[in-house]
Amino acid sequence: MSRTLQAPVTVAFDYTRSTGPVLGRFLTGLRDGVVVAGRTSDGEIVVPPPEYDPVTHAQLDDFVEVAAEGSVVSWTWVPEPVKGQPLDRPFAFALVLLDGATRTLLHALDVPTPDAVSTGMRVRVRWAGERVGAITDIACFEPADGSAAGAGGAGGAGGTEPLAVPDPVTGVITPVSLDYVYAASPEESAFYRGLAEGRIVGQRCPSCGKVYVPPRAACPTDGTPTTDEVEVSHSGTVTTFCIVNVPFLGQRITPPYVSAYVLLDGADIAVLHLILDIPADQVRMGMRVKAVWKPREEWGTTIENISHFAPTGEPDADFDSYRHHL
Amino acid sequence: MRDVAVVGFAQRQMEQFDGSPTCVELLVPLFQECYEQTGWTRQDVGFWCSGSSDYLAGRSFSFVQAVDAIGVIPPVNESHVEMDLAWAMYEAWLKIQTGEVDTALVYAFGKSSAGTLRRTLALQLEPYTMTPLWPDTVSLAGLQARIGLDAGLWDERAMAEVVQRSLTDAEKNEHAIRKGGSSVEALLERPMYADPLRKHDCAPVTDGAAAIVLAAGDRARDVRDRPAWLTGLSHHIDPMSLGTRDLTRSPSAARSAAALDLGGVEVAELHAPFSHQELILRRELGLDDDVRVNPSGGALAGNPMFSAGGIRVGEAATRIWSGEADKALAHATSGPALQQNLLCTLASSPEGATR
Repeated sequence: MSRTLQAPVTVAFDYTRSTGPVLGRFLTGLRDGVVVAGRTSDGEIVVPPPEYDPVTHAQLDDFVEVAAEGSVVSWTWVPEPVKGQPLDRPFAFALVLLDGATRTLLHALDVPTPDAVSTGMRVRVRWAGERVGAITDIACFEPADGSAAGAGGAGGAGGTEPLAVPDPVTGVITPVSLDYVYAASPEESAFYRGLAEGRIVGQRCPSCGKVYVPPRAACPTDGTPTTDEVEVSHSGTVTTFCIVNVPFLGQRITPPYVSAYVLLDGADIAVLHLILDIPADQVRMGMRVKAVWKPREEWGTTIENISHFAPTGEPDADFDSYRHHL
Repeated sequence: MRDVAVVGFAQRQMEQFDGSPTCVELLVPLFQECYEQTGWTRQDVGFWCSGSSDYLAGRSFSFVQAVDAIGVIPPVNESHVEMDLAWAMYEAWLKIQTGEVDTALVYAFGKSSAGTLRRTLALQLEPYTMTPLWPDTVSLAGLQARIGLDAGLWDERAMAEVVQRSLTDAEKNEHAIRKGGSSVEALLERPMYADPLRKHDCAPVTDGAAAIVLAAGDRARDVRDRPAWLTGLSHHIDPMSLGTRDLTRSPSAARSAAALDLGGVEVAELHAPFSHQELILRRELGLDDDVRVNPSGGALAGNPMFSAGGIRVGEAATRIWSGEADKALAHATSGPALQQNLLCTLASSPEGATR
């Protein structure tokens, strides 16, 4: 048995960002099949265009079109691509100096082996099949074989004054998804393994005597490592609660229902759980409740082994008995 | 300015930590070591500051959970930076300069192995034109290395020499996770990985945590006979876009160095996660040939995210404490391809080493 419980978890979020006028101009160009650079006060032609001039700090407003073809200034081999990169087979990342630009652009270069790429080699943009106004509208670069630049692109190269563009790009959505192997601490692992056996296990701080459920590696009060494992009761007292009336994505119970802090007998920190088997408007502070476990064959190393808490029918606890646990 | 010294340091480095990414389990014994070194309790610490990232942990507010390791009743004066330990130390140094506190304990932690580190780090890049391509850390360093190779500023042998020296020195560092020198020739015979980089040119993915204790004036003298006085501290940053930087240079490191007196430095701990980056730093810092670089083995022997820069400070401080050196330099980096750099000088007297 490994020391800790571990499970895969994916954290994903789509970042929606406004582009502003400068990056918006660049991304609009990509959507329309042209590469738009910015001319800075020191005469550099920079792609992607910087939002503010590096010398004068004024907002950049001098745009020029550059070619969709250029030369490799530097490259590195990517032997094991990671998820989300422009190509899912080994490729090169390259800094490309597009014709007409004086600063390089970072992007992928589709070549089969490191032998097929070299500094100074000519490359051109391979446009994405569907362009939306994002850096990924450039699918990647590919070796230029001397035929027309910008295969599949709509725009020409080398112009100096881009035409006014209708329907400019103003926003960009970047999906971010990260895969982790998430580990519980040794104390949390003991808690979940206990649940798999129908037990609720906490840790007692050897210094202040407080019992934490779920257990923690160190007592948050005084920083002392917790050492003593203790099993606590399946019954406890509702210290505080809220009635959930608002529907939300992924909700499993029809509102209204009660989410409450339950101070298990023998613990000093309340656990958050559901209170069911009683109308929501009858739940109250001090109410005595007990854990209702799912059928044993459904148990795993999870707090969901406890379906919910239900009233025991005992008299309510005195406020003084839980006032220090609110 | 108040005289402030490094008086405590503790670290953990490992290939794969199997515990929670909040790293409370690692921090508790680290703090214990700091208390033992200083003779303090947590009540003697005037200010706490941590460095970590939720992107590394894969959960939100991981630094709040880490505060468990301190114990916060009565409440503590605490802050956090989404940066390396060295920058957490900078915030604490400033806090001490305000006169509000005399002591600080700064710490950092990171479980790099919980995700795919080189991919996760793409989230620190420019979010419109870089992150959507997921340029990984190794690739960005490779682009930088090739420009210098093509320009003749360094060669594969020079890179291998850095690796050989680092891994040989790491044999004496109990915390190093990659160690063992061979020979420059043997290193050059190994296959390319991310051409132009071999695997040994890249710092190993490392989990870990570290803590540094700072104290002002007599509080520092109470702790140690030879506190490591912070005689200079400076940090700068270069633009995000790789295309607008000369990647063979590090203007931010040079500018930080210009703000400090590097004369008389005997030992330098440089945070160079890729072998060629040490060559860039040595040039920008203008270190004399007799300066001992990275006696710990440096980041090529172990690079725990969010701690590795601060560990350079701690390693430099231990050489002042021991009397091995009277003046040392520590460097920390952050961001892609040496984008952001912090330098500090440490000396056996608050006025700086005299020889």
